[in-house]
Amino acid sequence: MIADLPLWLSILVSAGVLAGALLTMAGCLGLVRLRDFYLRIHAPTMGTSMGGGLILLASAIYFTLTQQRLVVHEIAIFLFVTVTTPVTLMLLARATLFRDRAAGFTATGPDAAPKERPEVAD
Amino acid sequence: MKRILPHPVLAGFLLILWLVLQQSAGLGHILLGGAIAIVASLAAHAVIPEPVTLRRPLKFVQLLVVAGIDIIRSNLAVLSVLLHPRPRPTAGFIEMKLELTNTFGLAILACILTATPGSAWLEYDREKSSVLIHVFDLVDANEWARTIKARYETLLLEVFQ
Repeated sequence: MIADLPLWLSILVSAGVLAGALLTMAGCLGLVRLRDFYLRIHAPTMGTSMGGGLILLASAIYFTLTQQRLVVHEIAIFLFVTVTTPVTLMLLARATLFRDRAAGFTATGPDAAPKERPEVAD
Repeated sequence: MKRILPHPVLAGFLLILWLVLQQSAGLGHILLGGAIAIVASLAAHAVIPEPVTLRRPLKFVQLLVVAGIDIIRSNLAVLSVLLHPRPRPTAGFIEMKLELTNTFGLAILACILTATPGSAWLEYDREKSSVLIHVFDLVDANEWARTIKARYETLLLEVFQ
């Protein structure tokens, strides 16, 4: 099946998969390296938006060409991921906001920088 | 008609999703998918009593294109911050008032802001109709609020309200 694909298309598909995977990895490393919770929620989004999107796009191109018909269930995957991410994110974020407010850190005003909030060791 | 199909937009969307997942537009799949879509939209009626209306579908497509471009730009911006040996983003919170009150419009705005790596939708207060957003690389809070209003909220208001 791979032999049927012209060279430039194989390069395009592999570039898509690789770029997506690298972006996802950069996001995961960001999750480890950033310093507090509110910063960390941003990094993995790279994997669920553009990283995942590039991998799915490459997959759709590859299977559409090798199976000689339109393969688009990748769109459904992207849709499900995009629609469900905010649910978990809000759950985690609101739990953290609740804990911060209970502990007396009103870090949520427009002027308050999150670095004023002390590191929570857990 | 309204009793069999309380949510025509949802049912149509479910039918299309079913056909995409089945990879076929054969008559059997359309009939089965249609039946599933009607049953599911009837079930959804118990949870979502208000009707879903897409006022201007073309504006909705425009919104998806604008959001897609912004998501790509934000990915590259966050990546450039993370590539630093010691990433020091100037993060901050924004609390902004929204004119948009439609549940579906708010849900879509939450999806867009969350899918953008540079911003995260944290909390919506229905009484004050204000939303708390956390921004990864915040330079000017008012500028951000204006951008969200101009790029997404006006389009969503036209589509849903």
